[in-house]
Amino acid sequence: MAAEGKAIDALGQFELSTVLGPIGAAVGFTQSNLFMVIAGGLIVALMVYGMRPAAMVPGRLQSLAEAAYGFIDDMVVAQVGEEGRRFFPFVFTLFMFILFGNMLGLFPYAFTYTSHISLTFTLALMVFVLITAVSIALHGKKFLGYFFPEGAPIWLAPIIIPVEIVSYLSRPISLSIRLFANMVAGHVMLKVFATFVVMLAGLGAIGPFVSVMPLAINVALVGFEVLVAFLQAYVFAILTCIYLHDAVHLH
Amino acid sequence: MVDDGKAFSQRLAEARAKQGLDRPVGERGRLPSGPWGIGFRAGVEVVSALIVGVGLGLLLDRWLGTWPWLFLVFFVLGAAAGVLNVHRLFHPRFGARKD
Repeated sequence: MAAEGKAIDALGQFELSTVLGPIGAAVGFTQSNLFMVIAGGLIVALMVYGMRPAAMVPGRLQSLAEAAYGFIDDMVVAQVGEEGRRFFPFVFTLFMFILFGNMLGLFPYAFTYTSHISLTFTLALMVFVLITAVSIALHGKKFLGYFFPEGAPIWLAPIIIPVEIVSYLSRPISLSIRLFANMVAGHVMLKVFATFVVMLAGLGAIGPFVSVMPLAINVALVGFEVLVAFLQAYVFAILTCIYLHDAVHLH
Repeated sequence: MVDDGKAFSQRLAEARAKQGLDRPVGERGRLPSGPWGIGFRAGVEVVSALIVGVGLGLLLDRWLGTWPWLFLVFFVLGAAAGVLNVHRLFHPRFGARKD
């Protein structure tokens, strides 16, 4: 399905189409939305059914739920401090949503919703609005001091302040581009090498033997993508924590 | 066989300490720092600062009708902010004084 003629269609996998027949078409419910719902359902199921036994010695699902909870709790407390606990639900939701999106995207026929900049930028914008609101709520007018470091010569203000503002505004952009670019790059590479498998296999007698090479690369790539899927969710969550730290401890 | 909770948690803590499983809290939750990761992060920081700078410049130019002057100014500001972002990557602003 990938090799139409001799062209490699690496970007077709990111195209949106509506699902659920006429109902989905009427409300614009795409496969991206479908996988968001699936991811949300799986997260809720993991936490609810995983923690249902609430056993002293946890089973497999409970271990997974507890490990996820403890991992983010450690991260939030280590980065933001004890008072950062109130942001735990936000960071945890963000992390699990991105992690499940990245991981679900690795399954055959699945759609990676984190490969769309519209979604990653919306998430990053939520983080940006939150950190700005938190620092204004906690520090009021002192928030403006963030854009002019103490001790800098006052005549440098016309240069420093615009640069700091642009730097501050670039946070949601870099946050969203990092996640989006990683997911797109990984899936494009998988698709390209998968197409090579099909194209080389058609090379007559030696085809099946030659096509083992891109297949081997793809096996390694899938393993690598699992790592990237986790790492990018982790990076997104920890950068959120670092920004929250900046917002809570302004200077 | 000791089987009350406190002794167990004590023995567990000792065993964990012996195996080096408990890292100090400050070491947890660092950003991954491989060469590729750092390089990619630095690139993304520069590009995103430039996007913001150029975008702001174009927007203000369209609003005030001053094309291309604000675009040029904000392009330079974006570049400077990109360099600042990369600098922050290696010298975090609040990293030195963790309280």
